[in-house]
Amino acid sequence: MSTNPATARRNLLFKDNFESFAFILPAVIIFSVFYIYPFFETFALSMQKWNGISLHRTFIWFNNFIDLKDDKIWWNALGHAGYVTFIALTLQNALAFALALACDREIRMKRFYRVVFFLPPVLSEVVVGLIWQWILYAGKQDGQHIGLLNHFLDKTGFSHLIHSWLSDPDTALTCIAVVHSWKGFGWGFIILLAGLQTIDRQLYEAAKVDGAGSWRVLRNVTIPMMIPVIFDVIVLTILGSMQVFVLIISLLGNGLGDHTDVPVTRIFSAMTGTNQFGYACAQGVTFGLILIFVSFTFKKLSTKLKQA
Amino acid sequence: MGINRYQVYKFFKLTFIQIFLMSVAVTCLFPLFWMVRSAFMTNDTIFTDKSFIPKIIQLGNFAQAWTDGNFGVYFLNSIIYTASVVTGIVIVSSLAAYAFSRLNFPGKNFFFYMFVAAMMIPLPGSFVPLFVLMNKLGLVNTRIGYILCMINVGLSLSIFLLKTFFDKMPADLEDAARIDGCGKLGIWWYVALPLAQPAIAVIVIFNSLNVWNEYILASLLLNDNSKMPLQKGLMVFQGAHSVDYPILMAGLTIAALPIILIYLVMQKHIIKGLSSGAIVG
Repeated sequence: MSTNPATARRNLLFKDNFESFAFILPAVIIFSVFYIYPFFETFALSMQKWNGISLHRTFIWFNNFIDLKDDKIWWNALGHAGYVTFIALTLQNALAFALALACDREIRMKRFYRVVFFLPPVLSEVVVGLIWQWILYAGKQDGQHIGLLNHFLDKTGFSHLIHSWLSDPDTALTCIAVVHSWKGFGWGFIILLAGLQTIDRQLYEAAKVDGAGSWRVLRNVTIPMMIPVIFDVIVLTILGSMQVFVLIISLLGNGLGDHTDVPVTRIFSAMTGTNQFGYACAQGVTFGLILIFVSFTFKKLSTKLKQA
Repeated sequence: MGINRYQVYKFFKLTFIQIFLMSVAVTCLFPLFWMVRSAFMTNDTIFTDKSFIPKIIQLGNFAQAWTDGNFGVYFLNSIIYTASVVTGIVIVSSLAAYAFSRLNFPGKNFFFYMFVAAMMIPLPGSFVPLFVLMNKLGLVNTRIGYILCMINVGLSLSIFLLKTFFDKMPADLEDAARIDGCGKLGIWWYVALPLAQPAIAVIVIFNSLNVWNEYILASLLLNDNSKMPLQKGLMVFQGAHSVDYPILMAGLTIAALPIILIYLVMQKHIIKGLSSGAIVG
């Protein structure tokens, strides 16, 4: 007995769909196991009290979040990440924008600069942190300063500025922010330069014919045209800087003081230090929501400004 | 022919710009120079000799880092992880991206947006349940566990980039292959993959950098010295009681040099991929 044509067509379609679905199956499986499951499990764990080992987990509703609300160390840590982000947004992005403007013209060795400025971003945070730790090293041997920076200050007559850069709570965070900016400005530079190069040169010519000086051209032509790209860079900078972590532990080691705690180090120490797996997840969820809120606000602002 | 005011102004402006760019470039390069220089010093002189070219040069640090410092093992591990993860990502993501771009099946859009959404939502604490899961599956401290996790990390962006590329690619050749009786899998392998080479190059480069430089998951999942990649091996020095700085600097150089070389060879692709990717994203 042959099957009727409608069933045969349906079977064929099913086979076809199944074949096509098989293409995404490996990706879906890996993604479900290593992303989607941990994603939802983070939310589930954030409402539990669990030490990570015992079979017993207690569901405690939002108590982890209530504890988090009163956790001074956590909010300080968020403030520290905010400080690093602030330096990155101002110092690092201003530098990136200035460099991009300088390279957006016929200038000698342009390609060399482009290659060199993107060198720090391709290095790992571990490598960058350990190199700078060596340069900022404080201490003396045989009357000589070990770290290059202090040695340099000593020899150039600025010995009053010599400092234990990384162990002094007053300067450690600024050092982190500066090294972070050193590593990161190349990203902003490349993206901003790509944005600048899409601006029609005729706009600049027209503005010049109208008698606008460089400053007016920058303010009235370049920056308005660059708003979407600038906001992209701002959002990328915020997401990258708020989650700074590896750079800190490679600069300072694991014997962290409270003064250089950031949200991710708090999550790690709640997990591996004090075995509060639920609390660690509550911190992660809160932090994630803050990041999404901030980047969403900036995206909104960007579209508003574009329309205006 | 006199030199007018405008030319003088322009000359000074360009000189000023050059000085500005050059000083930033030196700031970028100098720490790397200092690392390489320190890798050639001895334990006796490294704390006191601050000359650019050290008075006593010791070449043996690299050999010692490679064997005693275990960097040979770390290096090999990093190569294994990078090669397997990148191969995995290219196969898995190109299969999926090809299906999202060219094939039809129910739930196609749902699954595609699922991958895209993952790129946009940061969830910093998710490594906590990931670690618990890996522990349950017995994948902690195994190479395959780390490799699978890292394939997942690169998956979303790679699928997105490849799908965008396939969407723009003309389908003529694929149609011709289909008429010749080539199946879906055959078209993907013989037609789509070779044509997608430029996009795959971008994916290979970015994921290689990412895997080579990864630290957080490696530190959570791999504890055995014999399985650690370079980044984790380097961190053994951080916080150690008395650090052998020449060996550490040699180790840093071993970790940084391959990346710098690949970057210098591939920088055109990297910068182009980054610029276009940023505009698209």
